[in-house]
Amino acid sequence: MTETPTYIGFEEYSEHVPAGIPPAVQQATNRFISGRAARVAELPQWEELRHIGSDIRLHTIENMDVYLSRLEEKVVAAGGNVHWAETAEAANQIVLQIAREHHVKTAVKSKSMATEETGLNHALEQEGIQAIETDLGEYIIQLAGTGPSHIIVPAVHLKKEDVAEIFSEKLDLDAPSDPVELARIAREVLREKFLNAEMGISGGNFLIAETGTLVLVTNEGNGRMVSTMPDVHVAVVGIDKVIPDWESLTVFLKLLARSATGQKLSTYTQFITGPRREEGEFGPKEFHLVLLDNGRSKVLKDPVGREVFKCIRCGACANVCPVYKNVGGFAYGWFISGPIGAILSPQMLGTRTARELPYASTLCGACADVCPVKIPIPTILRHLRRRVAEGDEFATATLPTLPRLSAGFASIALAKNWIYRLGTLFLPTIMSIFRRGNWIANAPYPLSRWTRGRPLPAFTAGFRSWWRKAHSREDQDSTR
Amino acid sequence: MPKAQLFITCLGDQFYTSTLQNMTRILERLGVDLAFPPGQTCCGQPLFNNGFEEKTRPVAWNFLQAFGQSEASIVGPSGSCVSMVKHHYPSLFKPGTAEHNLAVDIASRTFEFTEYLVNILKVTDVGAVYPHKVTYHASCHYLREMGLKTEARSLLNRVKELELIPLQEEETCCGFGGAFTVTFPEVSRSMMENKVRDILASGADTVVMCEPGCLMNIAGGLHKAGSKIRALHIIDLLANMDSTSPDVGA
Repeated sequence: MTETPTYIGFEEYSEHVPAGIPPAVQQATNRFISGRAARVAELPQWEELRHIGSDIRLHTIENMDVYLSRLEEKVVAAGGNVHWAETAEAANQIVLQIAREHHVKTAVKSKSMATEETGLNHALEQEGIQAIETDLGEYIIQLAGTGPSHIIVPAVHLKKEDVAEIFSEKLDLDAPSDPVELARIAREVLREKFLNAEMGISGGNFLIAETGTLVLVTNEGNGRMVSTMPDVHVAVVGIDKVIPDWESLTVFLKLLARSATGQKLSTYTQFITGPRREEGEFGPKEFHLVLLDNGRSKVLKDPVGREVFKCIRCGACANVCPVYKNVGGFAYGWFISGPIGAILSPQMLGTRTARELPYASTLCGACADVCPVKIPIPTILRHLRRRVAEGDEFATATLPTLPRLSAGFASIALAKNWIYRLGTLFLPTIMSIFRRGNWIANAPYPLSRWTRGRPLPAFTAGFRSWWRKAHSREDQDSTR
Repeated sequence: MPKAQLFITCLGDQFYTSTLQNMTRILERLGVDLAFPPGQTCCGQPLFNNGFEEKTRPVAWNFLQAFGQSEASIVGPSGSCVSMVKHHYPSLFKPGTAEHNLAVDIASRTFEFTEYLVNILKVTDVGAVYPHKVTYHASCHYLREMGLKTEARSLLNRVKELELIPLQEEETCCGFGGAFTVTFPEVSRSMMENKVRDILASGADTVVMCEPGCLMNIAGGLHKAGSKIRALHIIDLLANMDSTSPDVGA
């Protein structure tokens, strides 16, 4: 359902967050965080693993062309087909063409952020092809008609009562708000779809260049059915998912589930190398790998920003992010949310469309602490803020005139200390108009945006004169 | 005799006169020879963190000139502002230039207040008494950029009659984030309200922290919530040499 946005109004959304979202999100993410902490504590070499994981990802990013061509060669050697999609539209057209060739009426899908990125479901529906999400969370949001609000838990913003309501309305039945019963209903509906679908569509967690192997990490088993039951399996995967070899995979599998859900390993880890061979194997007759660029090559040119592609999509950064936990994933306006979305979307969509996102953080740094591959998220946020505010070699500034002028004024006032000191002399007097006791409850704009939430302490600015009186000799010593 | 220059930070300068006075008293009591360079303004972090690198440079240069006159250490009551000087100033100037050399030199001798006490002066007992239940909020830049995980606690542990009690989500951001408070006021507010909720639930009568920014936010939030819980900069707590109520930063 996600469509490529033309402007992401984070602030506007943040002013009207539906009341039910933060509690639902906080409940789920807190559970993930404590699970993660427990699993991480079991591994004394955790920090070393993060370090190695980070190094492998950096190395791959720097040599992506090498690994991608090795990957292509190996997938083809295993009997698979490789398609290169430069844009989201091209990726959708490739999938559509394969669907047409096989007269596909129904496609079953396992969770894929890449197809959320391209809006594939919408493209399929326009051609009259029914695309059914089979990951429970994805199925729920497909019925609800929204995009995902979390990288790994797409329906994290919904409570079981919400899900019961959606099922009752969309499936025309009386669904109770009992998770087990809701899962049973979904399983029943989806089982039939699995049996009838002519095509399975998945994403991919990793692509192993060494052998041309697609790795799917799932918990529900639906990924297995999507990739084995229909005759055709199409995997749409971002080019950034390539890793060098199986040895690297062992590192990422250790990092991924622990960081994501607090599991040692997900329930299912699948390795798919090409389609079925002749000797009565299971699996599809055809395997297609669609490698999605969609602006990634461009981002790879930025040595600071490209570290975003180290991401293994665990969602831990969102789980610990106090901003994410108070606004939910929809505030980030695209398929990817939380701190990783705040550094990916502005690079993929540009800093005109997503100029607010780099600012959607207090730079508290909690995300960088938990990131299993050590993405320096606060550094990249600042890097992108600079692109928005001042422009850099990749884009011109997109910040509106008023904040730019204010910053220019602040720069002068703070650099010329006589202006600052003059201001310090007058501010307490000016602000005393608004002062009641020790507090300013209603300050003028822009501080009114502060006092909306809590009062401002009164301006006192009394230290300098106190110091002068108490330490007149030292003061002379330290004055130029 | 150790020498230090007071880096009062712009928030301290505008809002926390008595905290700065207490910082002066504590350091002098510990025998530090203090100087106050009046040419200091703001470290420039608000500009830097909002993407205005070019516009930060002259502000940083003003700081470097103000503090570069002396060889003495620089001590400030904020992990965030100190981190700006320590970790970001050198990146603002071209390596090899006189400006860069000065930035690196200044960065190497700028310390956060508790860091200076515990790690430089090697003092954890400042002789303070505070007969209250106290909980501690770990400020983000103090904790993560400065890596100060134990300093505040080791000072608090030596305060007589102080009972330190845990705070749920002690390390979660309070929603200050500088300009963030006015850029996304509702997000900042709900983060602050979560923090206030946890403080209220802690059972403490005082919440202490090492950051003027968080203090403005949390003290304001507690005041708005009608709470009697006192929010204090650690300096104001440590300044209690007897059991009388501290002079809260106003």
